Amino acid sequence: MGVKVSMTVNGKQVSSEVEERTLLVTLIREQLRLTGTHVGCDTAQCGACTIAMNGKAVKSCSMLAMQAEGADIMTIEGVAKPDGTLHPMQAAFKENHGLQCGFCTPGMVMNAIDFAKRHPNASEQEVREALDGNLCRCTGYHNIVKSIMAGSKAMAAGK
Amino acid sequence: MAMGAPLIGTSVLRKEDYRFLTGAGQYTDDISLPGQTYAVFVRSPHAHANIKSIKKDQALKKPGVLAVFTGEDLAAAKVGGLPCGWLITDVNGQPMKEPPHPCLAQGKARYVGDQVAVVIAESLHAARDGADAVQVDYEPLPSVVDTASAGKKGAPQLHENAPDNTCYVWAIGDKAAVDKAFAGAAHVTRLDLVNNRLIPNAIEPRAATGAYSRAEEAYTLYVSNQNPHVERLLMTAFVLGLPEHKVRVVAPDVGGGFGSKIYLYPEDVVVTWAAKQINRPVKWTADRSESFVSDAHGRDHVTIAELAMDKDGKFLAMRVHTTANIGAYLSTFAAAVPTILYATLLAGQYTTPLIYCEVTAVFSNTAPVDAYRGAGRPEATYVVERLVETAAREMKLDPAEIRRRNFIRSFPYQTPVALMYDTGDYDATLDGALKLADVAGYGKRKEDSIKRGKLRGLGYAAYIEACGIAPSAVAGSLGARAGLFEAGEVRVHPTGSVTVFTGSHSHGQGHETTFAQVVADRLGMAIENVDIVHGDTSKVLFGMGTYGSRSLAVGGTAIVMALDKIIAKGKKIAAHLLEASESDIEYDRGVFKVAGTDKQKMFGEVAFAAYVPHNYPHDKLEPGLNENAFYDPSNFTFPAGTYVCEVEVDPDTGKVTVDRFTAVDDFGKIVNPMIVEGQVHGGLTQGIGQALIEGCVYDKDSGQLLTGSFMDYSIPRADDVPSYKVDTRETPCTHNPLGVKGCGEAGAIGAPAALMNAITDALGVKDLPMPATPQTVWKALRAKKAA
Ligand code: FES
Ligand code: FES
Repeated sequence: MGVKVSMTVNGKQVSSEVEERTLLVTLIREQLRLTGTHVGCDTAQCGACTIAMNGKAVKSCSMLAMQAEGADIMTIEGVAKPDGTLHPMQAAFKENHGLQCGFCTPGMVMNAIDFAKRHPNASEQEVREALDGNLCRCTGYHNIVKSIMAGSKAMAAGK
Repeated sequence: MAMGAPLIGTSVLRKEDYRFLTGAGQYTDDISLPGQTYAVFVRSPHAHANIKSIKKDQALKKPGVLAVFTGEDLAAAKVGGLPCGWLITDVNGQPMKEPPHPCLAQGKARYVGDQVAVVIAESLHAARDGADAVQVDYEPLPSVVDTASAGKKGAPQLHENAPDNTCYVWAIGDKAAVDKAFAGAAHVTRLDLVNNRLIPNAIEPRAATGAYSRAEEAYTLYVSNQNPHVERLLMTAFVLGLPEHKVRVVAPDVGGGFGSKIYLYPEDVVVTWAAKQINRPVKWTADRSESFVSDAHGRDHVTIAELAMDKDGKFLAMRVHTTANIGAYLSTFAAAVPTILYATLLAGQYTTPLIYCEVTAVFSNTAPVDAYRGAGRPEATYVVERLVETAAREMKLDPAEIRRRNFIRSFPYQTPVALMYDTGDYDATLDGALKLADVAGYGKRKEDSIKRGKLRGLGYAAYIEACGIAPSAVAGSLGARAGLFEAGEVRVHPTGSVTVFTGSHSHGQGHETTFAQVVADRLGMAIENVDIVHGDTSKVLFGMGTYGSRSLAVGGTAIVMALDKIIAKGKKIAAHLLEASESDIEYDRGVFKVAGTDKQKMFGEVAFAAYVPHNYPHDKLEPGLNENAFYDPSNFTFPAGTYVCEVEVDPDTGKVTVDRFTAVDDFGKIVNPMIVEGQVHGGLTQGIGQALIEGCVYDKDSGQLLTGSFMDYSIPRADDVPSYKVDTRETPCTHNPLGVKGCGEAGAIGAPAALMNAITDALGVKDLPMPATPQTVWKALRAKKAA
């Protein structure tokens, strides 16, 4: 039944035994106990499961654990500095009230960091379009958009 | 010394954010118990079917499968059905029909997704394999899903004891007087309205993990829920027949509720019961597909609404007939939503002297329908504000002017539909909204749109809501089977920091911050020294939970009352320590003082004395500094406001763009403006979702849910909505000490009417069904052209 997979997660080398059908998100949540990555749907629509794989935001519900063999994975748990200082994008979400229940938040932040790296000066409309794959039912997006614009600026300024 | 500036009224950043931003939140599915097993429910693929047999043997042979339970097993174990928490008495004085609502189907499945069996296994994969192997022999029956048809003679019958699928016919108001007023009216506006059925879709799916301890002979249920004490009360007293002290319910971090997590669901009962049967924890987390078919849905009204006016547009009377679809079974508060929470709001902000409303609630082969953000009040606002705007158009009056001619201006105001508004200033919110929305510049913007080949429309909604349902005695006389108070406890620690326990539950509202602001201000201490605890029946003394925008108004008041007791006791202790008379002690932000002297004790010193009572008035006072309070409000609160929406419509594609949306609300006193604005944004977006893109569709023939995923049921995405302009006006609530009214539902209540008023204005049509998808709009434009 089992296959062995190895990858780097938040800077640490990990290996784990999984079933072939095991999703990457299941490995992350159940085996590695990194429960900050969430599952909000079964059709790859909500983005709550977004992580960074080799520096790019991906939906960890839409791939098998085996497909991440050898990859460099970062989850929301690996985003803040080791001393606990928030990443500028996380700080921007806090300062702009970009989260309410917090369930969509890890996925939003992971997607936002990737987006901001590629689009440091995005317009409001571009940010809204970039959020097409991340659903939030609480905030109405108003403050998420504000957060991402502020977080992008802070990242570009190297804060 | 006394602490700094007051926190109430300031946008304190949220205490809860750090854990959510770093992935440290603890939602139900994040909790893993040693030895836990996994449950998967077998659900009916048919809208209506007799269950002839269920064979478990193949499933039990699957590797890792531990148990399979069916409705028969539950019946044999005397597990009861789910209760309805509100009893409606019909027009003939008879109780509503309450058919049994089994936790696992008994002989019949009544909607697609009805739970028929549960498979419990070592892993989720094994449980799924097991569920696939359960063989259910169904005999499909004709079904009815449609609101307008379900109550008709000859429709397929769901329940033996509910003829014509009718749960109740209920009415409020003086029908004869209303009919007479209509007969003499100068003008009558009539609308046939459908309030579309919605699926709440909190982004965290429902989840429940049950555990049983043989050592303590006690159960624990972790559940994504908005009111853990109510969940426990309903489950122990009405379903499992267990003593409450043997059941602990924990609702940890909850990823959004919007009403859908108020209720006691069958899965919650089943995992709790099964945990003892197999003597291991049983975990269940819904797939999104399961959420779509099995969460309680919202709205789903078909209505005929009429407004009678004199020649000047003064409202004389309103007459409303509504059919409400309540689904296959009565969910926890289903019966109250289209009655007590709906018809009582039909006065809106207006002096309409006569109102009659009749509501028929029908069963259908669909998921149960219950409260969803706003619960009854969005439906009422839709009726009132669509009528008022349409009346203005028909009477050739400015829509703001017709509202002004009818506003209630003296308070308290007794409406003809039972409510007594305590306070409000509807001119203030209307004027504020017109200004903030720059309605004066609308003509110019419309010209611009026309130049670009687009249509533009403007719409208003002036809503009112009744929040913090109360008092318990009145609710009880109207059929509530539970109290509607709230409880709070303030525990001062020996070194002066404070833990506050509240029966309210936060699932995004930010109570850990807002409530801490109230406490820190009241006691005059740093907010860092205050922690708010909620969501665990073993920690919190009692609670009615969070729904109906009640938390701050009711739960916050209970905390304030407990704080007042703390200060009162503190004064006694300080008087002793300062050798003064208690009546001379004043408390001012952290300091107990002897009035007119410089003799004082800090709050921390008094707390320490209470726990290390060496020098203490033992003859008069118990040691310790810990107080609780229960608050049962004397009235509802009445938030109100005006929303202004401006849309642009592309006549070639039918696409509606919400160009501007302005909200000016009166929530009474505001503790944290940032959080309040966030609540408004979220509510508006759900309201815009209802009006523009959301709609639950069941196939009329097969009863299948056609909108069963995020690919078919569209909830708003970031590029479906604009940035909002929001502001507030303030008339403090007169009957709670904080002067607060509640803000959580307003946006969802007012937005749909404002949007549909704007779209119908742009199109020049009288009405349009929600959701106003491009196809619907395009068809309406085509029909208009053809006519
Ligand atoms: S869980 Fe991955 S997109 Fe929804
Ligand atoms: S904050 Fe709750 S879903 Fe986004």
